[in-house]
Amino acid sequence: MQVSRRQFFKLCGGGMAGTTVAALGFTPGVALADTRSYKLLRASETRNTCPYCSVGCGILMYSLGDGAKNAKSEIFHIEGDADHPVNRGALCPKGAGLVDFIHSPNRLKYPEVREAGSNEFKRISWDEAYSRIARHIKADRDANFVQKNADGVTVNRWLTTGFLAASASSNETGWLTQKFVRSLGMLAVDNQARV
Amino acid sequence: MTNHWVDIKNANLIVVMGGNAAEAHPVGFRWALEAKTRNKAKILVIDPRFTRTASVADYYAPIRTGTDITFLSGVIRYLLEKGAYNKEYTLAYTNAALLVNPDFAFNDGLFSGYDAEKRKYDKASWSYQLGEDGFAKRDDTLVDPRCVINLLKTHVSRYTPEMVETICGTPKDAFLKVCEYIAETGAHDKTTSFLYALGWTQHSIGSQNIRTMAMIQLLLGNMGMAGGGVNALRGHSNIQGLTDVGLLSQSLPGYLRLPSEKETTLETFLEATTPKALADGQMNYWQNTPKFHVSLMKAFWGDNATAENSWGFDWLPKWDKGYDVLQYFEMMNDGKVNGYFCQGFNPVASFPNKNKVVASLSKLKFLVVMDPLVTDTSTFWKNHGEHNDVDSASIQTEVFRLPTTCFAEEEGAIVNSGRWLQWHWKGADAPGEAVTDVEIVAGIFSKLKALYAKEGGAYPEPIMKLSWAYRDAHDPKAEELAKELNGKALADIPDPKKPGEFLAKKGEQLPGFAALQDDGSTMSACWIFAGSWTQAGNQMGRRDNADPSGLGNTPGWSWAWPANRRILYNRASNKPDGTPWDAKRTLIKWNGEKWAGIDVPDFKADEPPGSKMAPFIMQAEGLGRLFALDKMAEGPFPEHYEPFESPIGTNPLHPKVVHNPAARIFKKDAEQLGSKADFPYAATTYRLTEHFHYWTKNVLLNAIAQPEQFVEIGEGLAKEKGIAHGDMVKVSSKRGYIKARAVVTKRIRTLKVNGQDVHHVGIPIHWGYEGVAKKGFLANTLTPFVGDANTQTPEFKSFLVNIEKA
Ligand code: SF4
Repeated sequence: MQVSRRQFFKLCGGGMAGTTVAALGFTPGVALADTRSYKLLRASETRNTCPYCSVGCGILMYSLGDGAKNAKSEIFHIEGDADHPVNRGALCPKGAGLVDFIHSPNRLKYPEVREAGSNEFKRISWDEAYSRIARHIKADRDANFVQKNADGVTVNRWLTTGFLAASASSNETGWLTQKFVRSLGMLAVDNQARV
Repeated sequence: MTNHWVDIKNANLIVVMGGNAAEAHPVGFRWALEAKTRNKAKILVIDPRFTRTASVADYYAPIRTGTDITFLSGVIRYLLEKGAYNKEYTLAYTNAALLVNPDFAFNDGLFSGYDAEKRKYDKASWSYQLGEDGFAKRDDTLVDPRCVINLLKTHVSRYTPEMVETICGTPKDAFLKVCEYIAETGAHDKTTSFLYALGWTQHSIGSQNIRTMAMIQLLLGNMGMAGGGVNALRGHSNIQGLTDVGLLSQSLPGYLRLPSEKETTLETFLEATTPKALADGQMNYWQNTPKFHVSLMKAFWGDNATAENSWGFDWLPKWDKGYDVLQYFEMMNDGKVNGYFCQGFNPVASFPNKNKVVASLSKLKFLVVMDPLVTDTSTFWKNHGEHNDVDSASIQTEVFRLPTTCFAEEEGAIVNSGRWLQWHWKGADAPGEAVTDVEIVAGIFSKLKALYAKEGGAYPEPIMKLSWAYRDAHDPKAEELAKELNGKALADIPDPKKPGEFLAKKGEQLPGFAALQDDGSTMSACWIFAGSWTQAGNQMGRRDNADPSGLGNTPGWSWAWPANRRILYNRASNKPDGTPWDAKRTLIKWNGEKWAGIDVPDFKADEPPGSKMAPFIMQAEGLGRLFALDKMAEGPFPEHYEPFESPIGTNPLHPKVVHNPAARIFKKDAEQLGSKADFPYAATTYRLTEHFHYWTKNVLLNAIAQPEQFVEIGEGLAKEKGIAHGDMVKVSSKRGYIKARAVVTKRIRTLKVNGQDVHHVGIPIHWGYEGVAKKGFLANTLTPFVGDANTQTPEFKSFLVNIEKA
């Protein structure tokens, strides 16, 4: 019986230890390094999509941490999804480095502010960030909102603040953003497709 | 893409032009190689550089950057002259036979209706001759000189192989070789797939580059065919989806648009946006615009949107003009903007003329950056030496930097180039206090709404009335938002064909957009996504990879808009009488009662073959347009205009009209254009396979793979300037300079253009002053602040530089 590495783990995931599977004769065609297989055996596998280019390659993310309340789960390995009709398990040099994106030393961890004229960021709370930004929005919108144009036509627009939406965030994020910006009356709205 | 990645394997010829798929979309490009090995397909590459795609091509032709319209118009001329196109398809499925307004004309580089003062056209003459019935007149004998195809023949007659050589620098025999390859696929059982990317869009004539290719695909009969189509390889993983949900200045979700200030009532707005049929018996699907719009308004405002208040028409902002990013940074630079949000977007790196962008941001009161990573934009106020030489103390902008989750730490759908909405799942917790973009937007919105409730202020209605029916107002879930995008019935929706039955019962998720109503009884935030999350659940999460036909169609894998259709316009894969052009590529068939097959029919399901209905159902005349009517800014036929910075400084076709006459350029930016005397070399920017835009300079593995900034020049230029491989060079434009290592290569050759030598300088874009990679210069320090006349996409691919040893 030919068992692919993924099927092998699926079988193993059925409650049998790897060695037992092998003992039963379900030996994969290609032998696996012990250390690697044991780590993967304890891992949870999650389906995701490469966030870089628009090929949209399927990926499998392996994480440790069982989802228990105070345990943070962390991804330690990513590979191409062999079942994916487009990439069939392959990834390019960009997708192959995705673990290093997740764990980049340049990931942002806390809300920060750089005050006017300052030369550094300082950490603030989410509540302070939301409150101060909402206050900025309201001050600018209240001062500059245009209800009617020169001809007296209702236009209800706000032109002094703008919004750039992402290139890799989800449709769902995009829809909430769309609601947010239009309800405020913004017209200076664009996403990465513009450039 | 009208088709999808795997479908590329069905092509007989793959033309890669305006892109470099082997490096920028490596895994997708494997399907081109699959076509080559399994289908004996040929791959052609036309590019200023001999790219890695070229290295696996059957034929490579060099071309000067910014001259693709000339090349492709030359191909059209060749096809028409040799009769090497699908005549039956062209007659039945394109507007070739339709008669054009007698006032339409083209003289000396300008179409009829030009206003030089405004740099705009009055497009009244860019129209059909209409009969008394209001339908376009046609002459199926194609004798009338006003037939679209006859005007097209005259228009492209100037693009001779000699003219192609003069403008493009492509040797005549290389050009003719490409023509021969393409002409072979005019046969009914052969298709060409064109793969393009930003190499076509990032020009002042970008949209027309693509149009010229689309016209070739119509002539060859390749639209709607497996292995054919127009295939944009989009740059980012979800710019398709974010465009689908309408995040552009004048857009709304589902390719609806925001009303302008000229449309003062819902009635005038719907009148302007709902097209009337231009031919008898057509589906004219946009006639349903009122249903899409009203359902969207119900998604925006919920129960607050009623027939009495025109579904909240006043609550939408009305535009006077587009506020695209170039327009907006011009305003910012003039001090007319106070606040700006950058959600996963790095404008300092991504927009042209980096020094102007930084100067503009420095005039803001506040900037909010949401991102998983440190971006150059978030620290634009910091002095990074030569790479960003600013005086922090004088920059008064308050900058908020908010940490977001990345793909691995959230769920939701993103749309690939093949229009597949692929749902993804969360696999890990976010670092530190990072939260989703949704939570941030909701967090700010909740605070703002509370402030308006307490204090009042400028026109709070749209904020207070916005529908926000989420279980946790501070953290709407992806599932809730996805269900809104699909839409649901707000009342029982009767089935018009089956009395007593219902398309959907009140409260149910809608099965598709055919159930949408214009009376407020349905809501759907994005009509083209209707069907993605139905009563049967999340269709985007489906992962059945079965390909029963062998044509690479996997209808059970995720969900494609619209209606899970994988190949758009697939009715056109059959002749008018219903038989397929090529039996091996049968996508749908008429079974006596309806159309059915391996794909979802892109047609009225029960409309029999031989009827008047033509296959391009989104068009008012049902036909593919060789003549674009009033849809393009610079003309209904494509015309070659030089880049705003041209290495030949003239337009050999019409020296009085050198550049795109309808492109917008601001005064100060026009003054910052360089001339060939000071900046003699044609520059173009591009991507490397090891890096993704400006993200992976934060990613260790990629930074190791391509650690140091470089530029590529040919041996001819290197010799002229005394530059050796590995030397540090300074590359400058009128707007600034960068320094990088020189890679001297045979891959870029000197071209003979209009009697002079033209050298190219190739500039990969991936470095900046933030990241774990070695610091570098932002390539967009060099690029000009001018965009395409239709989309305002900046001209990153064609500008002028000088180069010298640093
Ligand atoms: S792995 Fe490479 S080809 Fe696939 S989506 Fe990611 S960047 Fe694109």
